[in-house]
Amino acid sequence: MSTGNMNLTLKVWRQKNNKTKGALVDYKLADISPDMSFLEMFDVLNEQLINKGEEPVVFDHDCREGICGMCSMFINGRPHGPKDLVTTCQLHMRSFKDGDTIVVEPWRAAAFPVVKDLTVDRSAFDRVIAAGGFISVNTGNAQDANNLPIPKMQADAAFEAAACIGCGACVATCKNASAMLFVSAKISQLALLPQGQPERYRRVQSMVAQMDAEGFGNCTNTGACEAECPKGISLENIARMNRDFASAKFISEETV
Amino acid sequence: MSDINSNIPEGELTSKWTKYKSSVPLVNPSNKRTIEVIIVGSGLAGASAAATLAEMGYKVKCFCFQDSPRRAHSIAAQGGINAAKNYQNDGDSVYRLFYDTIKGGDYRAREANVHRLAEVSANIIDQCVAQGVPLAREYGGLLDNRSFGGTQVQRTFYAAGQTGQQLLLGAYSALERQIGMGKVEMYTRHEMLEVVKIDGKARGIIARNLITGEIERHFGHAVVLGTGGYGNVFYLSTNAMGSNVTAAWKAHKQGAYFANPCYTQIHPTCIPVSGDHQSKLTLMSESLRNDGRIWVPKKKDDNRKASEIPEDERDYYLERRYPAFGNLVPRDVASRAAKERCDAGYGVGASKLAVYLDFKANTERYGRIEAAKAGNHNPDKETCMRLGTAVIKEKYGNLFDMYAQITGENPYETPMRIYPAVHYTMGGLWVDYNLMTSVPGLYCTGEANFSDHGANRLGASALMQGLADGYFVLPYTIGAYLSKEISVKAIPTDHPAFVEAEQRAVGILNTLINIKGTKSVDHFHKRLGHIMWEKCGMARNEQGLKEAIEEIRALRAEFWSDVRVPGTADELNTELEKAGRVADFIELGELMCIDALNRNESCGGHFREEYQTEEGEALRDDVNYAYVAAWEFKEGVNFELHKEELKFENIKVAQRSYK
Repeated sequence: MSTGNMNLTLKVWRQKNNKTKGALVDYKLADISPDMSFLEMFDVLNEQLINKGEEPVVFDHDCREGICGMCSMFINGRPHGPKDLVTTCQLHMRSFKDGDTIVVEPWRAAAFPVVKDLTVDRSAFDRVIAAGGFISVNTGNAQDANNLPIPKMQADAAFEAAACIGCGACVATCKNASAMLFVSAKISQLALLPQGQPERYRRVQSMVAQMDAEGFGNCTNTGACEAECPKGISLENIARMNRDFASAKFISEETV
Repeated sequence: MSDINSNIPEGELTSKWTKYKSSVPLVNPSNKRTIEVIIVGSGLAGASAAATLAEMGYKVKCFCFQDSPRRAHSIAAQGGINAAKNYQNDGDSVYRLFYDTIKGGDYRAREANVHRLAEVSANIIDQCVAQGVPLAREYGGLLDNRSFGGTQVQRTFYAAGQTGQQLLLGAYSALERQIGMGKVEMYTRHEMLEVVKIDGKARGIIARNLITGEIERHFGHAVVLGTGGYGNVFYLSTNAMGSNVTAAWKAHKQGAYFANPCYTQIHPTCIPVSGDHQSKLTLMSESLRNDGRIWVPKKKDDNRKASEIPEDERDYYLERRYPAFGNLVPRDVASRAAKERCDAGYGVGASKLAVYLDFKANTERYGRIEAAKAGNHNPDKETCMRLGTAVIKEKYGNLFDMYAQITGENPYETPMRIYPAVHYTMGGLWVDYNLMTSVPGLYCTGEANFSDHGANRLGASALMQGLADGYFVLPYTIGAYLSKEISVKAIPTDHPAFVEAEQRAVGILNTLINIKGTKSVDHFHKRLGHIMWEKCGMARNEQGLKEAIEEIRALRAEFWSDVRVPGTADELNTELEKAGRVADFIELGELMCIDALNRNESCGGHFREEYQTEEGEALRDDVNYAYVAAWEFKEGVNFELHKEELKFENIKVAQRSYK
């Protein structure tokens, strides 16, 4: 069993709800183990707050294995903290030093309003998917899966785009709060597969329109989204989306 | 012996489902538009059912407690999904999948349900590929397969170590499509707190809006629970932090029988516990057992590093004990074997509660193949390891990264340390062949029901069952019920049954807030988990179970007098959410122990120390216990046992052997 010996100062964003103003509040934590995950460190903080009769910090989290996309802390100015290719829940305290001060804020974006403390509303992402992030096929009577061979490289590329966990780190880190990386990942996945071709140009137009309607910003090619994405989603997806969007507007006969 | 009716259709096993499908009553399209179905849960079982029912024309409301339906814990399933496609031409068939599943479940599952599952398994793969789910492929462009435990064929389809994610995102996109078309109303960050019953039938739910704390009433002609398993009763498990039994338990308290609650799956390959701070355990996919060899030192209390222990001083105990299946024995067998070695003093790592999962031999083998492909037929060891590591990385990269992240060790260089952990619950709400619980109009799908896995689930079968239920079974079987409900108009939610159910839910919330005790919810949850793991975990015995029941009752009394829930009920209050869930886990924990105590035999995941063979294998008692134990909730947290006899007409019941 590891006993901890790290002492930390946390500056955590506290905000009652979306109608009130928030502020950073200081907390001292002692005896933190380097083997703890970042969220387990927050569990310790919350246990202390509850024991003192205070309200615990509310934050989103669920699977704690880096795949559900629910955890979303902005740590020392970076979404999901200092390590590359890691979600908040997979960040461990061994990435910090004894005596560190750690600033923890929620995702910041007009399209992701704060709900409480570190929890934000990311339902805009769902609405973008509902606008076209699918292949229109009802259940039942699909043809045999192997009737449609797909070259491995193409299938792998689609999978890499599909690995997006929808956490919103790309939006949080972007100075324009753009959702281009998220939206283009879904568009790319389906555009790379033969199954996605019939709706390809319709899809890109509807999803981009919904993205704009949600109030996400524009892309100015700074690349922060790719740098901070915990799943390594590539900027190439944005280029592909832009090409498809242009094709849809100028070449395709089908406009939405 | 049975005093409950499973409504299995008459006829030959192989034609039951086909005949049922062609003769089940239908609901015409204009009537579907006025029939409302409530689905609770948006994982594989919930999202697939919600999407499919909406496609068919029903009015659907779907609820989940997460901020998006895409986050349900199905997303974390790693290894794969089984289907009887026989793409590898290795002798697979519907019958073989059926047989493997019944045998894997230690002859405690219903033949008719399992056969139906095997029959629809191939459709699932077709459907998912049509949706654009990027399953792994070979260079020829066809789908790839791998092996999983408890079988000798390769029937597992996968997408790297993220199969659950890709399948769930497929179901999620189908669901979002229906939401966008206005055919499904989605309620995220909502938790179901009560089932509403009118004249004995399920007619709706009471749900709490987790953001505002508002209590809402929702009517449905039928209610479907696809709310997942209850592994978090152990506090530490591979489940998500929010996974809970509350929806199923509230249904249980309204008359839905709870079946085989003691059947829990302890998964053999998880990252070992590292300290008291631990909040959850992380699985390392069973697929790793394709390429990893499990071993411990032959010498007791061997403190040397793995790399310093020579080959002939290693005990590959699974290969030694089970030569036919080796490292690919089913999960219950592999877990008990690991526990046996650690208990006997051969465990590794600081805690001694771990065994090695070693990839070195296969890395080298892959490297040799790669080198040969490049024309080098006599590669040195270093070349083999370098080339082989690239192959391993492609197959399991995300799992290795996760391991490195959590433990701080590099699994490409040293073997992984693994230990069993709670992973899945085979028990759940009792359902008949139609997936209907003992409450008319209340259905249960996926892990939340008990139906298909008997006493032990085989790897890659949970994804199969969740999607089978949601895409291909429930949408047909629910029609049998709804076709008789077409004249029922939507019942206004000011009906006294809604008022009364709401009062029950609000009463519990207020009580929890007003206890104002001294200990946090997590404090009680950890203590419950400790009792369950020690006395109702990988091995159980009569004395321990009796003690556990007393301890859990005492814990329940203490919880209701000393829990501290800060804040109020009319705001986002995560402690209040947890408190309600832990209250239900405590009651469930008691029932699990009662069920384990009642079942005087060992089978699958239920291992009673008193009942084992000389070699330490599970010893069933088919004369007295070939039944489903379905428990009815009685006033004051008491339980009455009902039995559904299991009849094996197509499979010869035998002692399970993987030797």
